[in-house]
Amino acid sequence: MRSRDRLPGHKQKKRVTLELEVTPKYLGDVVEMLIRMKPGLTYADVTPREVYQNRRKFLRNAGLAAAALLMGREFWELASPSSRAYAGTKLAGVTKSSLSTTEKQNTYDDVTHYNNYYEFGVDKSEPAKNAQGLKTYPWTVSIEGEVKKPHQISIDEILRVAPLQERIYRHRCVETWSIVVPWIGYSFSALAKLVEPTEQAKYVAFETFYDRNQMPQAKYTGIDFPYVEGLRLDEAMNPLTLLCVGMYGETLPNQDGAPVRMVIPWKYGFKSAKSLVKIRFQKEQPPTTWNRLASDEYGFYANVNPTVDHPRWSQARERRLGEFFKRDTLMFNGYSDQVASLYTGMDLKKYY
Amino acid sequence: MHKFLTSKWTKAAVFLICLLPLASLGWRGLHDGLTANPIEFITHATGDWTLRLILITLCVTPFRKLLGLPELIRFRRMLGLFAFFYGCLHFTTYIWLDKFFDLKEVWKDIAKRPYITVGFLAFVLLIPLAITSTAGWIRRLGGRCWQLLHRGIYITVVAGVIHYYWLVKSAVLRPLTYGAIVAVLLLWRLAAKFRPRMGTEQANPVKTQPQKSQA
Repeated sequence: MRSRDRLPGHKQKKRVTLELEVTPKYLGDVVEMLIRMKPGLTYADVTPREVYQNRRKFLRNAGLAAAALLMGREFWELASPSSRAYAGTKLAGVTKSSLSTTEKQNTYDDVTHYNNYYEFGVDKSEPAKNAQGLKTYPWTVSIEGEVKKPHQISIDEILRVAPLQERIYRHRCVETWSIVVPWIGYSFSALAKLVEPTEQAKYVAFETFYDRNQMPQAKYTGIDFPYVEGLRLDEAMNPLTLLCVGMYGETLPNQDGAPVRMVIPWKYGFKSAKSLVKIRFQKEQPPTTWNRLASDEYGFYANVNPTVDHPRWSQARERRLGEFFKRDTLMFNGYSDQVASLYTGMDLKKYY
Repeated sequence: MHKFLTSKWTKAAVFLICLLPLASLGWRGLHDGLTANPIEFITHATGDWTLRLILITLCVTPFRKLLGLPELIRFRRMLGLFAFFYGCLHFTTYIWLDKFFDLKEVWKDIAKRPYITVGFLAFVLLIPLAITSTAGWIRRLGGRCWQLLHRGIYITVVAGVIHYYWLVKSAVLRPLTYGAIVAVLLLWRLAAKFRPRMGTEQANPVKTQPQKSQA
């Protein structure tokens, strides 16, 4: 077995065939073992991350996987569309963006194991475990309200609305930690243009996925789900506002808001709703979850602002994950040039 | 059971068990297990264990009486001192790793942030209790006076729970659970005071303490 590790991928596939013919009884184990061998075959070549991580499900699908190994990747994709592209698979054709920061990115491990996703538990480490079963395909987002062309848009369509870009953004949580993440997506405005908001549309309301069966931890959080968020239309149409479908070159992991989420880098993280199911253009300012829960602590705007404290803690400084010392928090999280003009004449102490 | 509780090995074992949370932090530190935000993790872990150990300490008297195991008193001082130990770690983490000894900033926090204020109060009130935890101090102060002083733990535990409750964003279940346990422990004491027969012996833990610690 060892010597095979060094063989190139295509040769290895041939060997797999051989192995399977010899010991059909242990087919599942063998396939898994071979997949786990590092060189040559990569996870992306064989099977999506979701499936290989879920061992039991993997073994159940082992027969299918074997067939896929024999007949090629296309068969696998045809046979198992539910895990085709939406669980940590590579996103192709992603271009760089001039809106990216050059700051040091956080590790994939940090960004996937330190999550606030209360539907999957309140501890930062819980979503990584509890979100693994979330079914993210098929997935439809309902775009409705004050639009000329309301649309039930599938995740496949969402991926094709505009060319995908990598946007490396600073992300600042209201809890005073921050990260730098290479998100993938396109400006939300591209999606908005598709449905043509009417003159009446002044705000955009976002609703995220909620299923108490898939999210049993949600009932212990003290939050009334589904999670709702919102933006003023001009905020939503700002080029920085990202409709996000991936990160680190791949589709979004479940705990980071798969399959599609918002990323609004100049606002505290809770504004960036995850796992979107509804986008509604409307006349009135929509209610938002944290504001409903504690309106004195979480405003509708929630712009990153070092001069306006959270009532219970200072927002002047933050800890970038991976750094020992705290750093100063920047106005609008360092995106003043792009967004400060949205708020001219507004008292940001009042509209926090 | 009585022999087991009075054995010095049992006491040593409890001592080691009380060190486990610290050992766990150390082990996690060496194995990349402190999450992406280690300082937050350490702060929360030490805070949790301070509160838990205070609760365990407060369980000693009711358990002694309800289970008829007066020997449990042998562990109370150690448990209380461990609570103080984790409280010190918690406080040190805060002023060192969170504030980097910017004492002006710390003082501003204490004055301005209610959850820090009550947390600080809870911690400060533990200091005289830790200092006067020895048999010598019980003698010096006299049992009645000593007991009165050490009832300060009730203020600490209530302040500790409020500190936790005010800290969380929405998940109040855990702080409320601690609160419920505190309520039971304090109500039991109140009830025992008015109905002394509730326990197997007189509701006066101080009487036994100096004798045991001299033994």
